[in-house]
Amino acid sequence: MTFSIANSVPTKEGRFGQFGGQFVPETLMTALLELETAYEEAVKDSVFTEELSYYLQDYVGRETPLYYAENLTKKLGGAKIYLKREDLNHTGAHKINNAIGQALLAKRMGKRKIVAETGAGQHGVATATACALLNLDCVVFMGAEDIKRQQLNVFRMELLGTKVQSVESGSQTLKDAVNAALRYWVANVEDTHYILGSALGPHPFPRIVRDFQRVIGVETRKQIVQKEGRLPDAVVACIGGGSNAIGMFHPFVDDESVALYGVEAAGSGLETGKHAAAIAGGQLGVLHGAYMYLLQDENGFVQEAHSISAGLDYPGKGPELCYLHDIGRAQFDSITDAEALEGLQLLSRTEGILPALESSHAIAYTAKLAKTMPSDNVIVVCLSGRGDKDVHTVRAVLGGEIK
Amino acid sequence: MMTLQQAIGQEKIAGHKAFIPYIMAGDGGLETIKPTILTLQQLGVTAIEVGIPFTDPVADGPTIERAGERALAAGVTLKKVLQALASFRDEITVPLVVMTYFNPVLAYGLDAFAQACVAGGVKGIIVPDVPLEESKILREALNPYNIDVVQLVSLTSPPERIARIATASQGFVYAVTVNGITGERTNFATNLEHHFARLCQVSPIPVMAGFGISTPEQVKRMGELGDGVIVGSAIVTALHEGEMARVEALIEASKGVYAKSTL
Repeated sequence: MTFSIANSVPTKEGRFGQFGGQFVPETLMTALLELETAYEEAVKDSVFTEELSYYLQDYVGRETPLYYAENLTKKLGGAKIYLKREDLNHTGAHKINNAIGQALLAKRMGKRKIVAETGAGQHGVATATACALLNLDCVVFMGAEDIKRQQLNVFRMELLGTKVQSVESGSQTLKDAVNAALRYWVANVEDTHYILGSALGPHPFPRIVRDFQRVIGVETRKQIVQKEGRLPDAVVACIGGGSNAIGMFHPFVDDESVALYGVEAAGSGLETGKHAAAIAGGQLGVLHGAYMYLLQDENGFVQEAHSISAGLDYPGKGPELCYLHDIGRAQFDSITDAEALEGLQLLSRTEGILPALESSHAIAYTAKLAKTMPSDNVIVVCLSGRGDKDVHTVRAVLGGEIK
Repeated sequence: MMTLQQAIGQEKIAGHKAFIPYIMAGDGGLETIKPTILTLQQLGVTAIEVGIPFTDPVADGPTIERAGERALAAGVTLKKVLQALASFRDEITVPLVVMTYFNPVLAYGLDAFAQACVAGGVKGIIVPDVPLEESKILREALNPYNIDVVQLVSLTSPPERIARIATASQGFVYAVTVNGITGERTNFATNLEHHFARLCQVSPIPVMAGFGISTPEQVKRMGELGDGVIVGSAIVTALHEGEMARVEALIEASKGVYAKSTL
């Protein structure tokens, strides 16, 4: 049997190469060890996996289409572009795949209370939705700054019966919401499960979130073979923490012919220092339980990330993506706010699909990449979410500039 | 200079419980570190926990988080604190234990950090986001310089794990008295006595209670559970407000707690 990179990580210590681990207060260690055991048992139990499949199909609306973006392909004049339509999931993004999976896991563990963090509000809405469905109590921590930016998502969560807690400390964004959620979990660990929204945090979260998001890549693999009779030449996904990217990449990691491209948020530009590109511009560090690439200063203080997209506005990158970078299996590049806005408009006009600002980074990168590849090549882009939530932000930036 | 274990042991011989105040280094400016430490040691504390500010203090409650934000705003860093300690090292008579999150240590470099600890008279470190599973790297870096790596035990740690942590911890075992973050509490769990009895039984080194202890009455009650107490938020608040009488009352409550018969 040949060596599989995909199956070799994480180790039982929760490491992806040097990345990952369990850097948390002792109070959480027992909960993490319990979670790991419960997860291992759940995925081997057909009752659990069948229940998850049922909800993914009949409630979330999977499988999502793999759509050939013919207009965009012709406009760019290069490789054929396919879009994996995670924006068509219930609640409008890939986040629900993980939220349903973890909520079912919590229920199985006998934990009826849920805490979660959210940045843009997509993971918060997905978690609030899963909790409403499965009758779990839910509290979501959200930075005060993000609450201002995403008022409608706050109201959506409240409509779903979730309590939204404003986080006033630090930069008042996603990073501080994770701090607050971790603190809440420490204080309520005995009856509460933390549904972490990205492939981040202490082991076993990066693995659990990856596994629940793998459905993206597994479906894509099957669909592209049906449509093209072969695997794609390139797969592109945006990365904040990295849950849509690792979910899309993982089933392709052992296929050497498939190039993997992760797109970080370059914010105002890497040279300005105002960005969220931890792989391009960060150093190795520890935050929220894991070794990863991290935006930090020379004193080890974590720096604020900057991106027009609240979902990419996080100073670290998930440990498995850091590992894929280190071993050279995936390539990483970055897209600025301005480029992402162009990507958003490009896809809206050519295909009638309004992508989330997060996904617009992947679109903008693909627009550059496709032109460099011959027309018989195939690119699949993970369209992780829809852009309705961002209309307010986009209008504020573009104003009357839409031509 | 005594080790942490020796300092705690001496209190016991004298009939006292150990008392370790936590300070946020540089809350009020870097220049406050020296007078704060010299004052506390004069008041008869056993050791001093020197907290380093961090941008993302996930184990801390609002009091210490705010103090950390004030210190960060004053430009305080791990490196500057250790340099400040080195500048009056000869005047320090009690062991110091540095409490810092892991990332500033990584950024400093483990060996450079260890050497700076030696220069600053630091006898131990507490890194709240490095649990037993990840702690080997710290012991390997710091033990060659005779610096203890203190591990925490929580109420959620099962018995078998408590035993492993107590064996691995150095200087003392930091026994967290609540599920939650640092900060003042009015209520503690009712099963604390049982938890501490089991911990003290398996621990080859002293057991210090910490988190949530904020009044002289709590110092007495929690002190009786083990070898002494660590008081954080209440000290940080009192120092911030310049209320030295409150600090003295907390320290005084740790004195003479051992009845002669238990010695």
